[in-house]
Parts: sequence; structure tokens; C-alpha cells
Amino acid sequence: MTATLRAAAPAVPQAGVVTDDAIRTHALTKRFRTGQVAVDGIDLVVPRGAVYGFLGPNGSGKTTTIRMLLGLVAPTSGRVELLGEPVPQRAAHVLPRVGALVEGPAFQPYLSGRANLARLDAVDASTDPRTARARAEAALERVGLTAAADKRYRQYSLGMKQRLGLAAALLRPRDLLVLDEPTNGLDPQGTREVRHLVRELADGGTTVLVSSHLLAEIEQVCTHVGIMGRGHLLLQGPRTELTARRAARIAVRTLADRADAAATELRRLALDDVTADRPVADGTVTVSAAVRDDAGPAPQDVTAALVRADVPVVGVDVRRPSLEDVFVELTGEGFDVAR
Amino acid sequence: MSPADTTTSVAAPVSASRAVEPPARHRGALARLVRAELALVLGRRRNLVLLVGLALVPLLLGVVLYLAQDTALAGQGPPFVSRVTGNGLFLVVASLFLCTPFLLPLTIGIASGDAIAGEASAGTLRYLLVVPVGRGRLLAVKALGALVFAAAAVLAIAVVGLVVGAALFGVGDLTLLSGSTVPLGDGVLRVAGVVAYVGLSMTGLVAVGLFFSTLTEVPVGAMAATVVVAVVSSVLDQLPQLAAIHPALLTHHWFDFAEMLRVVPSADVLAQGLAVQAGWVVVFGALAWARFTTADVTS
Repeated sequence: MTATLRAAAPAVPQAGVVTDDAIRTHALTKRFRTGQVAVDGIDLVVPRGAVYGFLGPNGSGKTTTIRMLLGLVAPTSGRVELLGEPVPQRAAHVLPRVGALVEGPAFQPYLSGRANLARLDAVDASTDPRTARARAEAALERVGLTAAADKRYRQYSLGMKQRLGLAAALLRPRDLLVLDEPTNGLDPQGTREVRHLVRELADGGTTVLVSSHLLAEIEQVCTHVGIMGRGHLLLQGPRTELTARRAARIAVRTLADRADAAATELRRLALDDVTADRPVADGTVTVSAAVRDDAGPAPQDVTAALVRADVPVVGVDVRRPSLEDVFVELTGEGFDVAR
Repeated sequence: MSPADTTTSVAAPVSASRAVEPPARHRGALARLVRAELALVLGRRRNLVLLVGLALVPLLLGVVLYLAQDTALAGQGPPFVSRVTGNGLFLVVASLFLCTPFLLPLTIGIASGDAIAGEASAGTLRYLLVVPVGRGRLLAVKALGALVFAAAAVLAIAVVGLVVGAALFGVGDLTLLSGSTVPLGDGVLRVAGVVAYVGLSMTGLVAVGLFFSTLTEVPVGAMAATVVVAVVSSVLDQLPQLAAIHPALLTHHWFDFAEMLRVVPSADVLAQGLAVQAGWVVVFGALAWARFTTADVTS
């Protein structure tokens, strides 16, 4: 029986559990009329309850993917399931449970922030008009925009516009939030607040897909990561697994004239990928090598061995790979391409 | 919260995240959407300026005719204008006559061309669609907003024309085109008929503007294209070589409102003019629908 089901629907293995994912795409592809393939056969899987960091440089297909998720752009081929429902077929049914910030905030410039929220609320056929005012007030409060609620949108600073966009996404309780570059234009304080907000929402059970070109900002909050590059989903999975793919490095700071001795000793300890940086002004140099958590000498053993080999150890540091390291390894290029 | 609740929320985040009820459609949702759209269209300063501009036409025309009525020029000029000093009701007709070729299409081109393209250019279209609102429904509401604005434009001319005409020239029994006279009540009804016909004559142009509005993210482009359609239609209407297509032209029947001022208005003439508008509405409404319900929203 199971075999028959699988044979009948090869693209959806274990069809019965698909609804456990907040977002799932199957071979999602978008080829624009110009012939450019913006998104090329991606299989996005965002588990329920996850904070999914959707990463990639500008032009890598993140926003086109997000537009397809929300039914704004029709896929050339492939399928989208949002909260278990096919999009765009069931978009009207599922989108009320989804809050979204797509490619920056956009509102009617000559209406106030409050009036803009009221307008979006009025468009939503599934909300109760009697509680519209309370919803708008709560959303404004949540993003710290109450004081500026009656200003015209055109007078808002970029940070205030971004906050209003978040308020619109939070106009009603959501099961899923899709936030495209939510920290764009915010100062460090605002960025911290957004991170806090995302964490708070995730704690409340909301699944969050957050895209960003600022890895460091997103790395701290996400449980899962997907990395886009040139239309392909290069990698996705739990964040800890992704960074574990790349070895940590032990970095030994020693005196410049003993760099060779340090490198020789590290090689003698059977460590891989030994490299020496250029000497810095204080006369020290950093020699580093890959270390593995499950095999080879522990950092303290490396230090002891260096000291025995008469290598002066000025400092030792074990550097865990960051998402940015993983990203650079995968794409061969810097992350902030178009910043 | 009891320990049992805690366990549930920790162990089953899936069910916790489904706390949001399945969305229901609230009664009166469409009316709420329409109200929001009308508030947007009629509350926008640019649109109010346009209405004021149109309202200035009968005001200026009335004042000029009032000041000049003793000169040798009295009784001359374009049709209807010469009759204004005799009966203020004609100020309504004369103003509509002057506005129909260009000012009214310009105003309507701006409002209808802006309908979708304006939202696209501001980026608000994507946020409306993900609220969500069905594309067909949004298009219908946008069309309604443009139609209401077109009606407001015609009414602005008519109401100010009536008030200014009555104040400066008084109103009385209406002398028809043939020279026969009908009582004031009948006359008012006939002028109301003129206003209604002019308003309905603009529906085809609204549909054209709406269609152009779905094609672009540049509202000015859609507005200009709409006005160009009206102008080109008038030009083609002047070429005798194209007489065969004249009856189907958007603007060909625009001045048939004069039928209302004949002793017995011809239902055939009026119906033909309205049928042509209906045809344009159907064709361009369908094109707009086909385009808008399938287009990728990348703005």
C-alpha cells in the first residue's frame, strides 16, 4: 500500500506528513519572459516553529522565491505549499494566517501610519471590523510606532517605515511570518528590537522565514538556514549542522621568527590545512590549522605540545565557522555583493 | 496555566501554532473594502484638485457670459453657450459640452490610469494582494472607484453649473433645440438626462484606463495612454474615409446627449451610444481582468 502511494506520487515522499512543514516547495522554478532563470528547481523546507534564515546575495532569487510563496508571481514549474495548502490555488484561504514584509515596506504616502493599517485591515475580508481599531493600536504599540501613528507615511524615516511594515505583518495573529530584509534601514537598536521580536514570535509558536543579506544579524536568531546562490538553493538545514560541516580552526599567535617552528609542530600533530598569516605590527604572527571535535588533539594538548617544542604561545583561540564562512565556501564570493 | 497546559504547548508546537482560527468571511466585507477604496479615491488631494478644476469651468463660463451679455457678442459662440444667458439651466449643458472633448477625458484618464498602476508604483499592490484580496475582487473595486470618480467629475460640473446658472441668469421654462418650450420641471429632467448620458459616455474610457493601468507600474504612462485613446478616437471620427468605423468609436456618440433636448428624444440614438460604451466596457474590462488576474506582480 505504501509502495503504491509512493509510486503514484513520487514528488511527495511521505505525503501524509507534508502538512507538518510551514513552507514546502517542490522543484520550484521561475523563468522570466526575458529568459532569465531567477529560481531554479528549489526544494525549500521550513519546519513548523522554525526561524528560517533565508540567505543569499542580492539577485540570488530570494525575493522571487518569496513572491512565489505568497502567490504574487506564478511559478514556471514546481509547486508551493504554505501551511499545508497549495499556493496560489488556496492562497485566499491560507494567506490570512501569513504576515509578510516583501522587498521593503510600501504604503500610501499621503495617509498616516494608522490610516494605512486601517486600509489593509479593511481589505481583509476575514477580520472583524469591530476590532479593527484595537488591532491597529496593538500592532503599532508592538513595533513602537504609537507616537508617530498620525504622521503621514511620507514623513516617516526609513526605520519608521520598516516598523510600519512589521506592524502590518502583525495586524492579526499569524502562523507564519515571511520577513524580507526586516532590518533594512534600522539602526542597531532597531535591529536588536527586530531580533527580539522575531524570537518572541517564534517562542509563541509562529514560524518565521526571514531573509537578509546581513548574516551576522540573522545568525543569532535562526534555527534553520537556507542559502541561495544564482537561483539555486545551495544548502539548507538546521543551523548547527550547517556550520558543523566546516571544521573549526585553532589559531596560535606566536612571535614572528618562530612561525615556521609553530607550523612544523602543528603538522607533526597531524593537523590539516596549516596556514600562517602575515606578521602584524607587534611582531606576532597567527598560525592556524583545522581541528576536529571528534578526533585529533584537543586545544590544550596542542598548546602543551607547542610549549614543549619551544614555541612561545602568545595566544590560542578556537574559531567556530560562521555562516558567512559557510556561505563564502559555497559561493566562492563575498556575501554583501550589492550592498 | 496548569502544568498540563505547559506540557501540551511544549510537546505539540504544531497544534499551538494553529491557534489562529480558520478565516471566515465577515458579513459586509465587500462594503468595507469599497468604503476604504472610495475614501482613498475621494480623499486624495490630487483628485479633489481635479474636481475643483472641473467645477471652475461652469463658474468661469457663467461669470464671463454674465459680464459680456450686453455686448455685441451676445448670442454668438458655440452651441448651447449662446443660450445660457436666456436660461441658467443651459450653463450645465454648455459646460459639459466644453469639457467633454478634453477636460473630462483627461480627468478620467488620470483617475482610471492610476487605479492599479498607482498601487503598483507605490509598492502597495503586493501588500494588498497578500492581505489577501482576490485579484478579480480588487480589480472590480478599483473599477468602481474610478467610475465613482468619473461620476463625481461630471456631477461637479453639473452641480456648480446649475447653482451658478441659476444665480446669474435664473431658470425658467426650457427652450428646446427646435424652438419649442417645455415647462421647468420637464426641462430639469432633460438636463438631468444630459448629465446622466455624459456620465455613462465616460464608462468606456474608464475601462480603457483600467486596462492600461494593469499593464504598467508607471501611472503617468497609463494616464497618458488613456487620454491619447480619447484624442485619437476624436481625430479618427473626423476622417470621412473612416466613416465605416465611426459608429463604434469610443467618442463618436459623446455629443448625442443633445438628443435629450429634442421634443421627442430618440431612444434609438441614445441606446446606440450607450451600447457602444457597453461594448468598450466589456472588451476592455475583460482585457483588464485577463491581464490582472494572471500577471506576475513584481512591483
